[in-house]
Amino acid sequence: MAVLLIAEHNNQELRPFTLNAVTAASQIDSDVHAVIIGHNCEKAAKALSELPLVKKVISIEAPHYENFVAENFAPAVIKLSNDYSHIICSANTFGKNLMPRIAAALDTSQISDIIKVISADTFLRPIYAGNAFATVKSKDTKKCVTIRPTSFDPCESSGGSAPIEKSEPSEEFGHTKFIKREEIKSDRPELGTARVVISGGRGMQSGDNFKLITSIADKLNAAIGASRAAVDAGYISNDHQVGQTGKVVVPDLYIAVGISGAIQHLAGMKESKIIVAINKDGEAPIFSVADYGLEADLFEALPQFLEELNKLNTIQK
Amino acid sequence: MKILVAVKRVIDYNVQIRVKEDNSGVVTDNVKMSTNPPDDNAIEEAVKIKEAGKATEVVAVSIGEEKAQETVRKALAVGADRGILVKADGILEPLAVSKLLHKIVEKEKPDLVFMGKQAIDDDCNQTGQMLSALLNWPQATFASKIEIKDKKLEVTREIDEGLETIEINVPAIVTCDLRLNEPRYASLPNIMKAKKKPIEQLNASDLGVDTSARIEQIKVEEPPKRKAGIKVSSVAELVQKLKNEAKVI
Repeated sequence: MAVLLIAEHNNQELRPFTLNAVTAASQIDSDVHAVIIGHNCEKAAKALSELPLVKKVISIEAPHYENFVAENFAPAVIKLSNDYSHIICSANTFGKNLMPRIAAALDTSQISDIIKVISADTFLRPIYAGNAFATVKSKDTKKCVTIRPTSFDPCESSGGSAPIEKSEPSEEFGHTKFIKREEIKSDRPELGTARVVISGGRGMQSGDNFKLITSIADKLNAAIGASRAAVDAGYISNDHQVGQTGKVVVPDLYIAVGISGAIQHLAGMKESKIIVAINKDGEAPIFSVADYGLEADLFEALPQFLEELNKLNTIQK
Repeated sequence: MKILVAVKRVIDYNVQIRVKEDNSGVVTDNVKMSTNPPDDNAIEEAVKIKEAGKATEVVAVSIGEEKAQETVRKALAVGADRGILVKADGILEPLAVSKLLHKIVEKEKPDLVFMGKQAIDDDCNQTGQMLSALLNWPQATFASKIEIKDKKLEVTREIDEGLETIEINVPAIVTCDLRLNEPRYASLPNIMKAKKKPIEQLNASDLGVDTSARIEQIKVEEPPKRKAGIKVSSVAELVQKLKNEAKVI
């Protein structure tokens, strides 16, 4: 039986983690179908059909699908579910909001946030903020699985030409109304997919001081992250939070500045390839996961860091 | 308006987790247990709404072993009016928990159900959404702001891209983010008073719900450890290492 992937998109284009979810889906079964639910989303549907791993696209369009409301999206997926052994999407705020609503309606015990497909019914997933890995086997006939996008590579995005089938929309759920979305627009790479991430913590002391981080991020073409403490203190908006209840990032280079390294923060970044910690407290737990630790006052170290970077002429743009 | 708040007893967030030698799970014996942190935000919000005169009763419910009574008691100490403990042994999956909560909702008929967005033990992030599916109620997940407007709630949600605002009709489910509010500490007099508040005890097995495991936990292991790194003595050395050794800049 084929597996059904739920595409995440903004009606114009696919959200990047859709590509990681397709990879995970293809490791469960090579027959991957993808459903796209939206309004005037032909462009995104076409992009989905061009993913070589996707064998068929099912497009469901209606005005009430313009914005993502789980109460509207879930019935549309449930209607298709008979034909599939697995339903899959990313374990980001899109999938976390949507998948349990589908799973409960199908009387399936969902498996959240997998980091590895062991077989079609057995998966590896982190528990306790990544301090333990559980191997779990689903006994349900139909499986609802969300995947940790940073644990799967994005699939090829061009060269495919899957057929696009239209399917009928479900009725609108009348009790939830979308009001607005405040997206923080930025020219920087997205936090979840950036090659370099530089994050600030409570040690930054103010939102204004994040300028020190911004200038280095500009230089390294890095995304900006933050610890929960920095977000709670109002130094920076919530979409920058890295950790157990924020985003998980796996960049080639993660620079933690003024972050002590609570286990909840480590949960979001300790799989990064290279970790740098800059902290004036030599005993801070962040040093235990850092490849390179610099015990220094960040207000002295960051300007020097920028200066040293300026001296290099081979920075990748 | 009546608010039901679900609270879970979990290993305290400060405890360093240890995996059992036989790989059957994590060590829970003699380990400090606490209320799941975002469930504290859920209780706080419900109590604040009641204090603002917009709710008449706050009921705290927990599902778990006998000792989960402490978690209910703590909710009573910060302002919940009464408690319910649904006793169940072993690990319950979110689907089973949401079915049990469904039974409690049928019995208590609350207008709102609050809970944390995620439990910090299994990190599933499912129960609120599942309960709202079973009830066919609206759901506002990851709430960082709740405004009550007559029979509607305006909820600000924390999403990956920033913030989203939705309006939902009551009855509804709200799952709470850590930034929703600042949970209060229980004062000693309130802890004493909470001892007199009623906690109704029920057995999960009496509620007519199949709670058997659908997911077999084959093994639990320590994650791979990172190799210890080095300390550098200057920014210049750091940049040289990143360029020439790690080759990441």
